Amino acid sequence: MSTTTIRKLTMARAISEAIAQEMERDPRVLVWGEDVGAYGGIFGATQGLLPKFGEDRVIDTPISESAFIGAAIGASAEGLRPVVELMFVDFFGVAMDQIYNHLAKNHFMSGGSVRHPVVLMTAIGGGYNDAAQHSQSLYGLFAHVPGLKIVVPSNAYDAKGLMIRSIREDDPVMYFFHKGLLGLGWMPSDDWAEVDVPEEPYEIPLGQAHVAGDGKDAAVITIGAMVPKVMAARDRVAQEGISVEVVDLRTLVPLDRRAVVAAAQKTHRVLVVDEDYRSFGMTGEVAATLAEEALDYLEAPIRRLAVPDVPIPYSRVLENTVIPSVDAIADEIRALVK
Amino acid sequence: MSTDSMPSDELVSLYRTMCVIRTYEDRLAEIYTEGKTPLFSIAAGPVPGEMHLAAGQEPVAAGVIVHLRSDDVITAPHRPHHFAIAKGVDLKRMTAEIFGKKTGLSQGKGGHMHLFDPQTHFSCSGIVGAGFPPAVGAAFAFKRQGEDRVAVAFAGEGAANQGTFHESLNLAASWHVPVVFVIEDNHYAISVPKERSTAVAKNSDRASAYGIPGVYVSGNDVLAIAEAAEKAIARARQGHGPSLLEIETTRLYGHFQGDAEAYLAAGEKDEWRHLDPVPRFRDYLLHSGRMTPDKDQMLQAEARALVDEAIAFARESPDPDPADAFTDVFANA
Ligand SMILES: Cc1ncc(C[n+]2csc(CCOP(=O)(O)OP(=O)(O)O)c2C)c(N)n1
Ligand SMILES: [Mg+2]
Repeated sequence: MSTTTIRKLTMARAISEAIAQEMERDPRVLVWGEDVGAYGGIFGATQGLLPKFGEDRVIDTPISESAFIGAAIGASAEGLRPVVELMFVDFFGVAMDQIYNHLAKNHFMSGGSVRHPVVLMTAIGGGYNDAAQHSQSLYGLFAHVPGLKIVVPSNAYDAKGLMIRSIREDDPVMYFFHKGLLGLGWMPSDDWAEVDVPEEPYEIPLGQAHVAGDGKDAAVITIGAMVPKVMAARDRVAQEGISVEVVDLRTLVPLDRRAVVAAAQKTHRVLVVDEDYRSFGMTGEVAATLAEEALDYLEAPIRRLAVPDVPIPYSRVLENTVIPSVDAIADEIRALVK
Repeated sequence: MSTDSMPSDELVSLYRTMCVIRTYEDRLAEIYTEGKTPLFSIAAGPVPGEMHLAAGQEPVAAGVIVHLRSDDVITAPHRPHHFAIAKGVDLKRMTAEIFGKKTGLSQGKGGHMHLFDPQTHFSCSGIVGAGFPPAVGAAFAFKRQGEDRVAVAFAGEGAANQGTFHESLNLAASWHVPVVFVIEDNHYAISVPKERSTAVAKNSDRASAYGIPGVYVSGNDVLAIAEAAEKAIARARQGHGPSLLEIETTRLYGHFQGDAEAYLAAGEKDEWRHLDPVPRFRDYLLHSGRMTPDKDQMLQAEARALVDEAIAFARESPDPDPADAFTDVFANA
């Protein structure tokens, strides 16, 4: 009889455990990036890996992102399976060509003959006044480019299973962890994300949304750090007799369109909530899916709540204005069911 | 200290700049902890978010910028205060910005890594290596418009591994524009020591790849820095093209406030503290008779008053209005 050890883990520990287990299983898995070694990753996603696997497999890079992200392209084509971290999603601009013209497209352009099993992981999100160049979500930008799989976990259980799956994928995966979900003592953190996590490795398939809360009056479709906020808003409006279904997409590419449609079928009213910019992003894509495949089920116009197409401001009052809050989500739900 | 060629009042003026910077950074370090004890939370207190302080790096800002005019351009990195102070950015409005207030340089929209002051032609960025290309562009504009202004791009030694550094050196050299690149070698890029990230011991050697002068200034010595910078800036101003300076310096605080610096070797920090450039320069000025103890006391009191005034202004200033979040995305809205 096998026994399963289950512990509560922070999301940061769940991620580093997933990577460690894959490194143990598969010597082709390596980690590189800035401050991933002795520091253990600025957000702890590579904590403990250097002592365990040594400098040959956990490599601190120069601040040369175009080179070290691009290096993952060649390395993966020739037999390695790199997990590459770049601290904040906001920094990816400097390496964009390697990502969107090569990492994303080589499999297609080569007629399927070249594979890039690469995980690019990075921190996203605001809520702690780090301003316009350190608080963005931006996964919509990458989801827009064909060829990149986009993972955005909302809790430690999903984070581990999705990371293991991401490393085993033969496609490039961009893995976005929200700073406010990691369980870092020094960062305002949502305890909601710290959940039971089995010690042994397991996979969560990409492209499967998760119904985080059952409900019948309205559905909120969301992802990442907005999931706990939506759950809190759900609790609040439940006291007013409004029953809300919450769909955590978990991945944007592939997008679980069936789950999106099912939510509309079930509740007939849908709100889409996102911490990324509003226009041309996740909320628009979900709304379009609903318009294309579920219009007949809808009894009210689709509503969207996201960052209102302004850069993330520094000042606390300004940042609080643009990042969707529990209050704002609850108001949107009330407006939706009115 | 390397040279006695400067008149005493200029030396004392360098010291004054260093004192203001040190006083400012030490006060911000204190204020940053407000609301963050006993449990440190980056989001709490009057100054939230990341905070990169430049105590120990005063000689770079003072020694280079002393040769700049207020219409010369500076681009600075994520650790910007010392450069801003030396350039003459209004301390009250800068501090109000760091406090996220309506009276700040950007009405609270920018924050400590995103200080913009068109009056003194100062800007900075939180993206490593981002300041090199705009400095080349500013220098190009000076050349094109027939102006004798100069642009200086400051960045850390870690930034010299960024593609923009190499591209900008090449572009500046081939356009032959009045720009000086200044690398602050404080030995570390967050936790990564220079020798583990950089293929050459001195970034200044990289200048030869672009056919421009490259000079390394060791010892965090403000006079040696001022001497090297004078040449580079004069060269640019006189139309002889770009050059590169790399300046050895020390980071007396952590990479950011709250950095436990577990990656440093035992005693490494003590060595840097021992070489603290501010008391070293003070001792030099006092012992060489270039400054009296009274003058020193006066300058330090002045620095404290200046900083106190800026902090009081920031604290008393109003927050922005929530609606301000929606303005300024475009100039032509
Ligand atoms: C493009 C980019 N990559 C990474 C970072 C994260 N980062 C911020 S500061 C820093 C280290 C910079 O080191 P250095 O240039 O030596 O400057 P110092 O902090 O030592 O002053 C890093 C890696 C960033 N802000 N931008
Ligand atoms: Mg450095």
